[in-house]
Amino acid sequence: MGKTIVEKVLSEHSGVDAYAGDIVVAEIDAALVQDGTGPLAVQHLQKLGMEKAAKPERTVLFIDHAAPSPRKELSNAHKILRNFAAKTGAILSEVDEGVCHQRMVEDFMNPGEVLIGADSHTCTAGALAVFATGMGSTDVAIGIASGKTWLRVPETFKIYVTGEFKKGVYPKDLMLHFIGMIGADGATYKALEFCGPTINAMDMSGRFTLANMAVEAGAKAGLFNSDETTKGYLEERGRSDKWRPVSADEDALYERVYEIDVSDLEPTISCPHVVDNTKTIKEVEGTKADQVFIGTCTNGRIEDLRVVVQIMAGKSRNPDTRLLICPASKQVYLQAIEEGLLAKLITAGAAIINPGCGACVGVHAGILGDDEVCIATQNRNFQGRMGNPEAFIYLSSPAVAAATAIEGAIADPRKYL
Amino acid sequence: MQIKGKAFKFGDSISTDHIAPGRLFHLRTNLPELAKHVLEDADPEFAKKVQPGDLVVAGKNFGLGSSREHAPTIIKLAGVGVVLARSFARIFYRNAINVGLPVLICDTTQVDQDDELEVDIGKGEVRNITKGITIQAKPLPDVMVKILNDGGLLEHFRKHGGFALDA
Ligand code: SF4
Repeated sequence: MGKTIVEKVLSEHSGVDAYAGDIVVAEIDAALVQDGTGPLAVQHLQKLGMEKAAKPERTVLFIDHAAPSPRKELSNAHKILRNFAAKTGAILSEVDEGVCHQRMVEDFMNPGEVLIGADSHTCTAGALAVFATGMGSTDVAIGIASGKTWLRVPETFKIYVTGEFKKGVYPKDLMLHFIGMIGADGATYKALEFCGPTINAMDMSGRFTLANMAVEAGAKAGLFNSDETTKGYLEERGRSDKWRPVSADEDALYERVYEIDVSDLEPTISCPHVVDNTKTIKEVEGTKADQVFIGTCTNGRIEDLRVVVQIMAGKSRNPDTRLLICPASKQVYLQAIEEGLLAKLITAGAAIINPGCGACVGVHAGILGDDEVCIATQNRNFQGRMGNPEAFIYLSSPAVAAATAIEGAIADPRKYL
Repeated sequence: MQIKGKAFKFGDSISTDHIAPGRLFHLRTNLPELAKHVLEDADPEFAKKVQPGDLVVAGKNFGLGSSREHAPTIIKLAGVGVVLARSFARIFYRNAINVGLPVLICDTTQVDQDDELEVDIGKGEVRNITKGITIQAKPLPDVMVKILNDGGLLEHFRKHGGFALDA
């Protein structure tokens, strides 16, 4: 019987002919923790007397959620990760490097591999045909030390996408639309496989956005074929030798198939306080915004910053609206400087934040006041997400965020394109 | 395993940000302190009122969001004996079993705030003493029963020297 991408990758890594529903113990190629989940993972390993990494060169410890540290408790937590790296040879990603998921795809992951990470958006790497999934500190600790994890092979939903995006509509709009359609628990325990002509034509940046948000539909992983676009991405990063084609078999068995035509898709917004509370731009246009935040593992890439510049060039933010921009990684940051994007954004009234997670997760650098409204390009708008349960978060594409910054209220980006 | 206590009722979509919010990130290496704030953003009084053995009873998709294992850990540290919900988010569910917090999927619409409940985890039976009814929960997958019976994944690993999940 034919196999889905997940069934193929997990069969290869477990040495058994695995299909949906099977329990396997799989070899893992890489593991990640971040500064919120990593210290606990290290403490677990200390308790087990297993302070080691089976694959130190592919065990990455990120200091990104509180980077640089805003308080002493977090500085001490960071020391736990630095010490573990020194002791085991694991890789430490310091405060200058940026958000874990962006760096994992830039520097570490290759098609057909398995990645587990103590961060729910580890699924981002699925865009490179990696079986990548988020787990807790205990699972990842044991994965780091033993090089293995147990998994139930998930059933797959196939998402077949056709049509061309209209001007001003992006993969982020597609993903918000899809989550609104199936619900925040619509794919719980499942894998999503994105395919079809629209996906084949999509750049890696768009694919990362989709894969990143698979977990917001409850999914365990979000996967893509490894194709020429994937190859090009790896080539640019000096890893062309790591490319291999990965795709599902023609006769693979899917639990469900969704067909989505993006031709008529409108800019889509997710309203407080759950991601599946989606509306089209028309329904929310004019909602006053105190803060606009552009960045994160969902939409903090160079392609996203280019769109923001395209919309904001020669304009300024509304005087009553703060504009925070945070490149997702050092590579993105440097490229944005080289392309002259940051100078334009700063001129337009943006405050640039060093690459990291602080604003998105509500630790520092962008915490909202009571009753304030923020339009953000991240993946979650849960109550309290940006540091204040009394605030309101709307999720959008970078284009909607940029138009909103200009007008000071949720705005349709199409008039600026 | 038998657990008896009072129900604390929550709605749908209780996220890990409700349970262990990012603004308390600095307490993640101080779990007893973090536990004093458990579920604070869903019910500010919960942590003060909960007694050992009490139950968290919720709607759909409990624990959605982040991978932070701190969420089930502080629910357990606060003394909660079991979490019942109509459904759980995937990572939370797995984390809960890993840290030894029992979680059961059942029809929680038949439970109200302050109902007295008695739960047999092994049988998956929830007796609502206040209402005089028994609710059957979905059985835990075998793999998870093994891990839970060993006292969580770390203990499982220590005891067997690796994964021992075959029947
Ligand atoms: S940017 Fe936000 S969603 Fe992404 S890893 Fe950081 S905190 Fe998580």
